[in-house]
Amino acid sequence: MTTTAPRLSARRIARRRRAAAWRRNWKLFRGHRSGLIGFVILGIFVVVALAAPLLADADGLKVTKATGGVLESPSSEFWLGTDENGRSVLTMLIWGTRISLLVGLVATAISMVIGTVIGLVSGFFEGWTARLLYRLTEWFLVIPFLPLAIILAVVLGRSLLNIAVVIGVTSWPATALLIRSQTLSIKERPYIERARLLGAGRWHQMTRHVLPNVTPMVFANTTLTVAVAILSETTLSFLGLGDPTRVSWGSMLEGAFGVGAMTTGSWWYIVPPGICVVLVVLAFTLIGQALEEIFNPRLRSR
Amino acid sequence: MVELLELHDLSVAYRTSDGPLPAVRGVDLVVRAGEVVGIAGESGCGKSTLVSTVLRLQPKDALVTGEVLVAGRDVQTMGWGDLRALRWAEAAIVFQGALHSLNPVRRVETQISEPIRLHEPGLSAAAVSSRVGELLEQVGLPAARSRVYPHQLSGGQRQRVMIAMALACRPQLIVADEPTTALDVMVQAQILDLMSGLVKDLGVGLMIISHDLSVLADVCDRVAVMYAGRVVELGSAQQVFGSPAHPYAQALSQAFPRVGDAAARYSPAGLGGDPPDPHALPPGCSFAPRCSRAIDACNEEEPPLLEIVGRQVACIRVGEA
Amino acid sequence: MSTPPTSDAPLLEAVGVGVEFTTRGGTVATALDGVDVAVRPGEILALVGESGSGKTTLARTLVGMQRPTRGEVRYEGKPLSYSHRSMKQVCREVQMVLQDASGSLNPRQTVYESVAEGIRLQKRVADDPEGRSEPEMVAAALAEAGLRPPERVFLRSPHELSGGQKQRVLIAGALALRPRLLVADEPVSSLDASIRGEILALLLGLRESLGLGIVVVTHDVGLAWNIADRIAVMYLGRVVECGTTEEVLERPRHPYTQALLSVVPEIEELTPVVLRGEVPDPTRIPGGCRFHPRCPAYADGTADEAGIVDSCRATPLPVLAATGDHRVACHLVSERDS
Repeated sequence: MTTTAPRLSARRIARRRRAAAWRRNWKLFRGHRSGLIGFVILGIFVVVALAAPLLADADGLKVTKATGGVLESPSSEFWLGTDENGRSVLTMLIWGTRISLLVGLVATAISMVIGTVIGLVSGFFEGWTARLLYRLTEWFLVIPFLPLAIILAVVLGRSLLNIAVVIGVTSWPATALLIRSQTLSIKERPYIERARLLGAGRWHQMTRHVLPNVTPMVFANTTLTVAVAILSETTLSFLGLGDPTRVSWGSMLEGAFGVGAMTTGSWWYIVPPGICVVLVVLAFTLIGQALEEIFNPRLRSR
Repeated sequence: MVELLELHDLSVAYRTSDGPLPAVRGVDLVVRAGEVVGIAGESGCGKSTLVSTVLRLQPKDALVTGEVLVAGRDVQTMGWGDLRALRWAEAAIVFQGALHSLNPVRRVETQISEPIRLHEPGLSAAAVSSRVGELLEQVGLPAARSRVYPHQLSGGQRQRVMIAMALACRPQLIVADEPTTALDVMVQAQILDLMSGLVKDLGVGLMIISHDLSVLADVCDRVAVMYAGRVVELGSAQQVFGSPAHPYAQALSQAFPRVGDAAARYSPAGLGGDPPDPHALPPGCSFAPRCSRAIDACNEEEPPLLEIVGRQVACIRVGEA
Repeated sequence: MSTPPTSDAPLLEAVGVGVEFTTRGGTVATALDGVDVAVRPGEILALVGESGSGKTTLARTLVGMQRPTRGEVRYEGKPLSYSHRSMKQVCREVQMVLQDASGSLNPRQTVYESVAEGIRLQKRVADDPEGRSEPEMVAAALAEAGLRPPERVFLRSPHELSGGQKQRVLIAGALALRPRLLVADEPVSSLDASIRGEILALLLGLRESLGLGIVVVTHDVGLAWNIADRIAVMYLGRVVECGTTEEVLERPRHPYTQALLSVVPEIEELTPVVLRGEVPDPTRIPGGCRFHPRCPAYADGTADEAGIVDSCRATPLPVLAATGDHRVACHLVSERDS
């Protein structure tokens, strides 16, 4: 039987499907007021982080180039006052945005990659590899985060990358468990069996069928993980494990604590970084919740 | 004979962002004591919505017009207290999908006794227990099985439990929504036998909804065929199944061929096209786009349900010379 | 309108197949307990039975999805080897359409991708005799399955399709591999009544136009009457009666078949024989004839009169041969025939 050759090629079809899916999800997302608020807040911080050189002079971070007095309260020259070294708190805040966001994202990337791979494999395969990976996940989950992070940070040394690695390596189990349970349920769906019937091997089933169906949940989970990662970075920097040469919100809090900013009443040193952390974490959480509702229709309110 | 259920010009529309979506359009139906009435139709014809109005269980965004009279009283407008008293005690529903309608973490006995305890709070535990035993025996299950959980029962047994639950408060009217779907043929026959036996013994009125016309043909006295929210044929089961007049009813009947009928051998009869989209119902007869006998006049207005060839049919082509 | 099978040698057959499942508690459920079934090229065979009869397990065993615990499945006379490579080869010849049409399509794939999947996995574009491209093959398969024009559904997602359309997409996906045999598990049970006829007509049409052999698994005897050449009636893991459709449905001889037909509302001649109880648990198959606890002939004394009551209770019946004329696995029938 002859048919006229269709004008659509396979690749164009795949592209069109993805574009249509994006459009649909964006439309759903737009309907979520809280998600949009989170998106806007995050957007502001991302812009600040990217435009840091334009907004504040990098020299302002150098202790040797500090021009202000010690712990000056906010004035027209220093909008948010100065720290104990005379640096502008506002400058530090702006540049700190970069570090906090960057570390958060890198840590999340590490965590998601490890978590997804382990979750997929331990959920999809049977046999002792899968069981071993599952036990590993449980084991890591049980270990208290902070002590492990502190030990690793001390062992690896104090640098930005190490902090990201530490957070990534300690926070993957939650993701792995989520993905494993999703994989377990998707594995039983009839379309997996159909793929087998058509001749698909395990790898094809896992990557072409399970993974795409697991990805939406992963995506929603990622944003929540970033929030946790940023909080973790702040915590670790506050505890003095961060990179001493870089300014982040956590290190600002560390500094503030170190000079007793609370007793001296230097609120401009403590409150801004704290608020920033809260806002960013809130933004990611709101976005994450909106995404979860979009990708998991069962959570949608009627 | 007492009229247990009367539907007068019942219409139900769902409120959506695009305007009202009609689910049921102008249905008139009566069920009397000791009678079994069947409603046949496929998915989207409005039969489940119809069932939900009998006990005012329709969703909040559904707009109901017309009357739903149970034992002479309008269910849709009565007070909340009256409705609660009526629910289960005057009319009860056997829901479809017994697997999902039973609470998996409660014993069967607890679930059956729940309506009893709600309607007759004064009864002692012993009296409730013995009533539960009585009900189980009535549906063909040993009273000893009351202590099990739903997952320990087979599909047929769960359906019997649903029927026992419906009988708990001695209602006069029972509505069964797809009672035999997902059951094996033999179990289906058992359940249908049980239900017609109960009608004979207890004198209740029974309304059965099903997409399987042959199920209804066996057990019903009268059958109504629904399409796109309206009744398109209403008559005795013999007539509707044996010699259907409306083209849709004919198509439904042909979908289940008679074994032994040489004409059906190697010629499955199907109906082309898709079920009507309630968002975009065609003007005139909603079945016209798929009807082999449609003419131009069919697209002008919705044919009324008229008494033709000894039953009620909504089709202008039936009874033509 | 029926086309007889093209040759007598079976294309796919199950020989003495038994399948057992061990549950977590250690109990063994026998889904199939010795089944001989054969399908010839271009033949339509219906496996009829209730739940617990083993018909779906048999279908899955025939396509190689399930390894039998005993016996073997032969394709063109050669037993299946369950290596990955040979299974891939079998996929090209024997395809299956699963029971749950809605769940069988990946919700994240378009219709095009679902149908193209088999083509890509089997690399059919490379060895297509007509030299067609992938989109052409997909369009051809969809058109054969009755979705015309095929391009209109390329980009649709499964949730945008009706039940009948989903079933056609699944059939197209199977046809794209150009199999010689299609196994359809309950192809119309989840579809609206008015769509049934269309899908069944499609299956019949495929036999006419492509010479496709079909095994239909169903609980609906009306369906078998509509399209099947032969029927095998199954009960609790065994075939209890088999023969041509006319033989089995018009002149049933096994008490189970007779009871089953009597309760089907479309037949008015037979008085309904409603069996008591339900199909027993496959972990506790009755001894002797597995049907005897529910058999009306056993209960009402007919077996007694024929003097075979002890056989019914204790003597197991032999596995029914797959081909040949109308055969029944029943002590009473054997007694009366001899």
